[in-house]
Amino acid sequence: MSPAETRPLVEIKDIRKSFGPLEVLKGISMDVAQGDVVAIIGRSGSGKSTLLRTINGLETFDSGSISVDGTPVIGGEKELKALRRKVGMVFQQFNLFPHLTAAENVALAPKVVLGAGAKEQAETAREMLEKVGLGDKLGNYPSQLSGGQQQRVAIARALAMHPKVLLCDEITSALDPELVNEVLRVVETLAKDGMTLILVTHEMRFARDVGSKLVFMHHGKVHEEGDPKTLFAKPGTPELAQFVGSIG
Amino acid sequence: MRKLDFSALLPYADALVEGLIFTVVLTLVSTLAGIAVGTVGAWARTSGPRWAGGLVAAYVEVIRNTPFIVQLFFIFFGLPAAGVKLSEASAAFLAMTINLGAYSTEIIRAGIDATPKGHWEAGLSLAMSRFEVFRHVVLAPAFKKVWPALSSQIIIVMLGSSVVSQISAEDLTYAANFIQSRNFRAFEVYFLVTALYLALSIAMRAALAALGAKLFPKV
Ligand SMILES: Nc1ncnc2c1ncn2[C@@H]1O[C@H](COP(=O)(O)OP(=O)(O)OP(=O)(O)O)[C@@H](O)[C@H]1O
Ligand SMILES: [Mg+2]
Repeated sequence: MSPAETRPLVEIKDIRKSFGPLEVLKGISMDVAQGDVVAIIGRSGSGKSTLLRTINGLETFDSGSISVDGTPVIGGEKELKALRRKVGMVFQQFNLFPHLTAAENVALAPKVVLGAGAKEQAETAREMLEKVGLGDKLGNYPSQLSGGQQQRVAIARALAMHPKVLLCDEITSALDPELVNEVLRVVETLAKDGMTLILVTHEMRFARDVGSKLVFMHHGKVHEEGDPKTLFAKPGTPELAQFVGSIG
Repeated sequence: MRKLDFSALLPYADALVEGLIFTVVLTLVSTLAGIAVGTVGAWARTSGPRWAGGLVAAYVEVIRNTPFIVQLFFIFFGLPAAGVKLSEASAAFLAMTINLGAYSTEIIRAGIDATPKGHWEAGLSLAMSRFEVFRHVVLAPAFKKVWPALSSQIIIVMLGSSVVSQISAEDLTYAANFIQSRNFRAFEVYFLVTALYLALSIAMRAALAALGAKLFPKV
């Protein structure tokens, strides 16, 4: 095998990041292979969101390096655009564009960034929304959808750019409990289809059953990582044991 | 008081209609141009390079803290000294555009500032540039939010346009001044012109509300 093929899809090397005097990421390294489903867990304030956001350049970092599919994460607008073509992101608050329908939300980036024509836009919107089970909601505005449906539109919107890796930051935390499962099922399907996923989540059962790798962050460091089922059954550190115990 | 006689205005109907049309056209054109200036200004203030934001901030402060009539006089009487000579109508258009441009910069900026950070981040995450996010994601909801404020400002500019009669731009007020200097029917002519401005305001308010409902449908 050539080195390119063995190279991880996402390579994070010794990332450090401070907000003013507060060091939030204290030297994080992590490799994510093609098809991995990485679940990041940890206490509030441990740096999970910050780490995730450095991967697509929404957050800068002070030292270390990140690359996605060979594209390094660096400053300028052109470089970030190239990077973000490969990295999708889904947010806790959905962040759908309120003045656009579900279909328009999904088709906007293909139109603006890829120059897709009207027909291609319509096809992409339909295909992606069908994939998340919303083939009948193309014309609905975000305000006409439930939280779970909005989050599924947000997933479809990210998928429309055919990212190599999808970042999800607590995407079920803003949902009513009865709506969580419909979103998790979509993510599970993506995982089964081979999508590379990095998820920050509080859904421990989901992390155990769907994740291929578990990362426990603690005080800005990767405190423990490994196979989810093994780690949940037998945490290697008292901190993870306590965290798993407190979540239940 | 002598008897009222509105028929004394009849011979001047043409002048009134022409003045009215001038006022309406001047308002429409400088509204479009002023909002374009305001949109660019708001972009510079919120998302543009530092120097551009600073420049626009200075422009807005100068315009908001000086009387409109002085701005108008500067453009019409002052600029020729610098070699820029404008017709009455062009000077009126320019003064109104610059004036509305400054106020609408501030109004539109407020709408942009109210955009949730998450909308920017979602747009950027989809590989759009900052300008593309501004154009396709931020602008429409921002306009929708500030449309009532913007509409009021447009009415204010329309009413303020009466001042352009002072440089002999032939608007509705100019027509009124002209007519009463001829027939000395000040009460009748200013009564009628007051009613016309009032009708114009009401009509514009309704038109702007309808336009807003069409451009930014409630969902
Ligand atoms: N923009 C910012 N400016 C200053 N401090 C910040 C900023 N963003 C995050 N922080 C701080 O960095 C630390 C890590 O935040 P982060 O959001 O990464 O935590 P998290 O693990 O995602 O927590 P949660 O589970 O609550 O989402 C926190 O102490 C937070 O207050
Ligand atoms: Mg977080």
